[in-house]
Amino acid sequence: MINLIKRILDKPVPATILIASLLCVTAWGVAHYPRSIAVFMLFQGSIFLLYFARMPRWLKISLTVAALGILMPVLGTINAYYMEIAIQVGIFVALALGLNIVVGLAGLLDLGYVAFFAVGAYSWAIVGSPQANLIFGGDFFPLSGWWFFVFLFVGVGVAAGAGLLLGLPVLRLHGDYLALVTLGFGEVIRVLANNLDKPVNFTNGPKGITPIARPPIFFAPALRAAGIDPDPNVIYPLYLYALVLLIVGVTVLVNRRLEDSHIGRAWEAIREDQTAAQAMGVPLVRMKLLAFACGASFAGAVGVLFSAKQIFINPESFTFMESIGVLAMIILGGMGSIPGAILGATVVTVLNLQVLKGLSLWVNELRNAGVEIFGYNLANLPTQLEPAKYERMVFGLILVLMMIFRPQGILPARRRTRELREP
Amino acid sequence: MAVLLEARGVTKRFGGLVALNNVDFELEEGRIASIIGPNGAGKTTFFNVFTGLYVPEEGAVRFRGTPVMGLRPDQITALGVCRTFQNIRLFKNMTAVENVLVGMHSRVDSGFWGALSRNPHWKREEGTLWARAAELLDIVGLRGRANELARNLPYGDQRRLEIGRALASRPALLLLDEPTAGMTQGEARTLMDLLRRLVGDLGLTILLIEHNMRVVMEVSDHVTVLDYGEKIAEGRSAEVQKNPRVIEAYLGRRKWTPRAEEGAGA
Repeated sequence: MINLIKRILDKPVPATILIASLLCVTAWGVAHYPRSIAVFMLFQGSIFLLYFARMPRWLKISLTVAALGILMPVLGTINAYYMEIAIQVGIFVALALGLNIVVGLAGLLDLGYVAFFAVGAYSWAIVGSPQANLIFGGDFFPLSGWWFFVFLFVGVGVAAGAGLLLGLPVLRLHGDYLALVTLGFGEVIRVLANNLDKPVNFTNGPKGITPIARPPIFFAPALRAAGIDPDPNVIYPLYLYALVLLIVGVTVLVNRRLEDSHIGRAWEAIREDQTAAQAMGVPLVRMKLLAFACGASFAGAVGVLFSAKQIFINPESFTFMESIGVLAMIILGGMGSIPGAILGATVVTVLNLQVLKGLSLWVNELRNAGVEIFGYNLANLPTQLEPAKYERMVFGLILVLMMIFRPQGILPARRRTRELREP
Repeated sequence: MAVLLEARGVTKRFGGLVALNNVDFELEEGRIASIIGPNGAGKTTFFNVFTGLYVPEEGAVRFRGTPVMGLRPDQITALGVCRTFQNIRLFKNMTAVENVLVGMHSRVDSGFWGALSRNPHWKREEGTLWARAAELLDIVGLRGRANELARNLPYGDQRRLEIGRALASRPALLLLDEPTAGMTQGEARTLMDLLRRLVGDLGLTILLIEHNMRVVMEVSDHVTVLDYGEKIAEGRSAEVQKNPRVIEAYLGRRKWTPRAEEGAGA
């Protein structure tokens, strides 16, 4: 079966037909069974098949755009929860790709990555809500939603700055020592967010900041002209989804370009052997700081978006477990591999938000219905038995199994091979 | 000829151990010179001082008259000194051609934004880099293995790839730390031919650390002998071979007999 699919995917025409029809069928399935998780996962799976198919680049890109840019939003309007999942997947994909630069390419183990996410989120949250008035006085804030777009870039800058700040003291460290310091840094940022409510109230402490402004629906008149009611409840998920897609797109592009240039090669050389890299002329300090700043900047941009999406943020969203989660995504997907990071982020997010929750619902239904299996009434099942609560356990189990059977990840980084021109 | 590399009174200590003791050294342009000495004599330490991995406690090192002490290894590479390592240190999970490309890093003038925007300058430069990498692989005889991972190459190829990678930074001085270690006599001979060609064609100066005496005597114009961190002899290979202190360092002292001098080549 797998071999058959592989053979089909190797030829452009059958591959295109197979994937296009799979996409259509699964999309139709999702539209008709909007509550079936399995069908939705099949839809996601067929998007991923695109990566394995051998077909012209333009065709691949246009099919991806069609699936993510047209089918997904349409399905999202049918079942709003799918839109939410797609946005979350996008956020984690961008985070995973950012961390991939630091850990996967440059080999600098960063256990406090979520700190940069937090820095980005708080930078918009503070000025995009009345919170800033508590700091500066007056009633100038919140800034209008238009500033959101400016702050996407401010978030990038602030997070990159935080990346440099973390990078500077840890330049001489590597391996375990580096991991410990970054872990500490992540905690410091979270503890700061928790406690910077006095003497001057910057972050409002554990209570968090709300309401955070959202980007304006500047295209509302156009929608009205087209006869569509610009209801924010319907439009915002789609709008945020589009923004996430945009950020993910930029992230992938930046990742690819850096990876396939002297910058990326220098990072990989540092990962392989930093002494040799330096002896070959790679400036260690500059390249490491660049890696930290680049990785952090993605998290900053996504952080800004995250705070606008949530309207409310508090330090709970930026715990150590989040850092580990993002790290696990790229380990699962394959270190240093862009498609790996995307797949890892998708799998983990979908597992958390859909599969385990779905199983919980199912077990609960069985319990409530009092179904009997082999003479055992499921109504007697202990209430502790709830898959959604086993998220960490399932997750840990997957990681352990991965490390034993496929330590290079699901989609390990492929070396680029190139024909060399005759000298 | 002009002096390319010059060390004056270099002393390097590790705790109580004196790895290099007040060593003077001079290397003229266009030469192939060797440093020999028993294990632990301080040869690799000397290399590490030249390439900025170690900073000596005393003394001065000049390259083309420029003091290099206190410069970082990458800065020294940019000045035109590049090296290989005794225990091969390739970037194992990168392909052969990528290894060579990394070696060019100090000669790339596109920056971060160039790589990000892929402007015409970057594209042109990247093209040149790849073409030059192909040339270098040709020179070291690895053209056909460009896309293989470094760790999958056979031992001899790895040694030659390391030389190719070092050449990528367009050095004026190439430091080779035991380049023929683990090679057969035949492979070593091919490598020596390559080194001679490099000196002739590219105008390189080469400094070797070598244990293979046949290689040393055959290829080098000038030999320096270190023992316990001190320079005990230097000069043309034939002269050094006969020096009693060298014989003693290698073979140990024994009761003097008239025939002792003849045993020196062993």
